[in-house]
Amino acid sequence: MLEISGLRKSFDGFVATSDVSLSVARGEIAAVIGPNGAGKSTLFNLITGHIRPDVGTVHLEGRDITGAAPHAICRMGMGRSFQRANIFPKLSVFENVQAALIAHRRAATDLWSASRDIFRAETHQLLASLGLGPQAEVTGGTLSYGNQKQLELGIALAGEPKILLLDEPTAGMSSVETAETIGLLQRIASERELTLLFTEHDMDVVFAIAHKIAVLHQGRIIAVGRPDEVRADPEVRRVYLGEQHA
Amino acid sequence: MTTRLPRTIPWMTIAFALALFIPIFGTRFYTSVATDVLILGLFATSLNLLLGTTGLVSFGHAAYFAIGAYVCAIAMKTFEVPFLLALPLAGLAAGAAALVFGYFCVRLTKIYFAMLTLAFAQIVWAICFKWNDVTGGEQGFNNVPYPDLAWMEVLPGLSRMRVGELYFYVTLVVVCLCLYVMRRITNSPFGRILTTIRENPERAEFVGIDVRRFELAAFVIAGLFAGLAGALFGIFNRGVFPDFGYWAKSAEVLIMVILGGMGQFFGPLVGAFTLVVLNQQITSYTEYWPLVLGLLLIVLLYAFPAGLLGTIADLVKSLRGRRNA
Ligand SMILES: Nc1ncnc2c1ncn2[C@@H]1O[C@H](COP(=O)(O)OP(=O)(O)OP(=O)(O)O)[C@@H](O)[C@H]1O
Ligand SMILES: [Mg+2]
Repeated sequence: MLEISGLRKSFDGFVATSDVSLSVARGEIAAVIGPNGAGKSTLFNLITGHIRPDVGTVHLEGRDITGAAPHAICRMGMGRSFQRANIFPKLSVFENVQAALIAHRRAATDLWSASRDIFRAETHQLLASLGLGPQAEVTGGTLSYGNQKQLELGIALAGEPKILLLDEPTAGMSSVETAETIGLLQRIASERELTLLFTEHDMDVVFAIAHKIAVLHQGRIIAVGRPDEVRADPEVRRVYLGEQHA
Repeated sequence: MTTRLPRTIPWMTIAFALALFIPIFGTRFYTSVATDVLILGLFATSLNLLLGTTGLVSFGHAAYFAIGAYVCAIAMKTFEVPFLLALPLAGLAAGAAALVFGYFCVRLTKIYFAMLTLAFAQIVWAICFKWNDVTGGEQGFNNVPYPDLAWMEVLPGLSRMRVGELYFYVTLVVVCLCLYVMRRITNSPFGRILTTIRENPERAEFVGIDVRRFELAAFVIAGLFAGLAGALFGIFNRGVFPDFGYWAKSAEVLIMVILGGMGQFFGPLVGAFTLVVLNQQITSYTEYWPLVLGLLLIVLLYAFPAGLLGTIADLVKSLRGRRNA
């Protein structure tokens, strides 16, 4: 599904990502973990076209998408959420998700219909599945941070992605919201055969749902494998897990 | 089945109907002010498609107003093209210019975008100023003919009206049609996408929107309607001058939009009305109009940051909320 090979990116001489290779199979749930500043978000931005790698390639379903524009990559079936909730703050919750549907269903070039009336049922259905139904008419930017993250997930899901990249999807959520969101993701992943690549600091979440974990440290992948393999890796314990579970 | 009363009052229809009576009951002066307000209101509304809807700040919107004005005036006077053809031609010419200039502008963001729109507008101004043979240069392009409106005199109530008054009706119809179209566009799925670009271009890009292309589309549509406004204004003014495209004109229309409220579709129209009337009133008392205008704007912007219509809309909303509570 997703094939990353030899990605390298430096910012003014500071190497944020170096020689990162990773492959994610269709339907797989993969996690990238690592301490703050390890380069997780940078890796995501390299995959989604927000920054261009210095070296290396990214393939999506066999097609080279290295350096393609984000909107083009999105159109090929990739969805993403950002680390900091990234929504349309002054639009209502309904409009946030509806806009994503308009874009995905290619209604964006319609200059004449009333946007109010389009994709209403689909939008409400998606909001309900996220638990945001009652807040449909609320202004997006006034939601709690956890709800904003859920809303952003809704925006990403509206695009019916084949692969979804989530940068710390549950950061800022209450434990209840976290459980709901994880449940939703697992359900959608199995229903739609969605491929999932996510980063997360909450190790309970990671070990609960990931089939595969890659550990990033100072821009390099130091371990990759099944959760039990990664948990047992001495190098990983030393630089990351050890310090948290001490 | 229950019949429901209309939820909102049809303000647009009422305003249109009332406006029909202006030349009948008003003096020539009022009719002329009303024509001015309508045209500048259209111009300001076209800018708001960029500013309020898409979140793009253009410092050079007057360029498209000027192009429309010159194209229509030159077509009608030099080439004797009928108004019904010259008007759309002016809109298309302005839209085409917006397509070319906009292609470069949307490649830049924020203040750099604004600066490039200004640069292109100054180029347009310089061409109008120097190209004597076609534009009349510094002296302007004078004696622009009125369209042939004699046929309108057969309409009930319009016999014996002066051409300036008949032209008010032409303006009213054209402006209302343009506003209707722009309102449809603003409320369409395309318009919704423009608001997502205003709110968060990064996110818009990652729901699959080619942000630059949509910005360019908005720029062209805004330029086209500015061109139509310019065409109407050149005839109303009986002459077209390089100043139509000068940066001061771009600033004036920007002020109208902000003053009226860029969050409301009709905000720019209210802004145009306010500025035209203030201009009339203050210039009759003092020659320091720009100074007074400046002070007034500072006060208004501090008191009503959402603009005049925006403030009223907020007030109505909070009153309704209290009543329903
Ligand atoms: N645009 C940029 N310019 C310069 N340096 C950058 C840029 N983006 C990221 N960095 C640097 O690259 C390193 C990796 O950052 P990144 O955001 O990818 O880490 P992360 O693993 O996502 O961390 P966190 O867990 O805190 O989100 C950091 O040291 C950061 O300062
Ligand atoms: Mg990060």
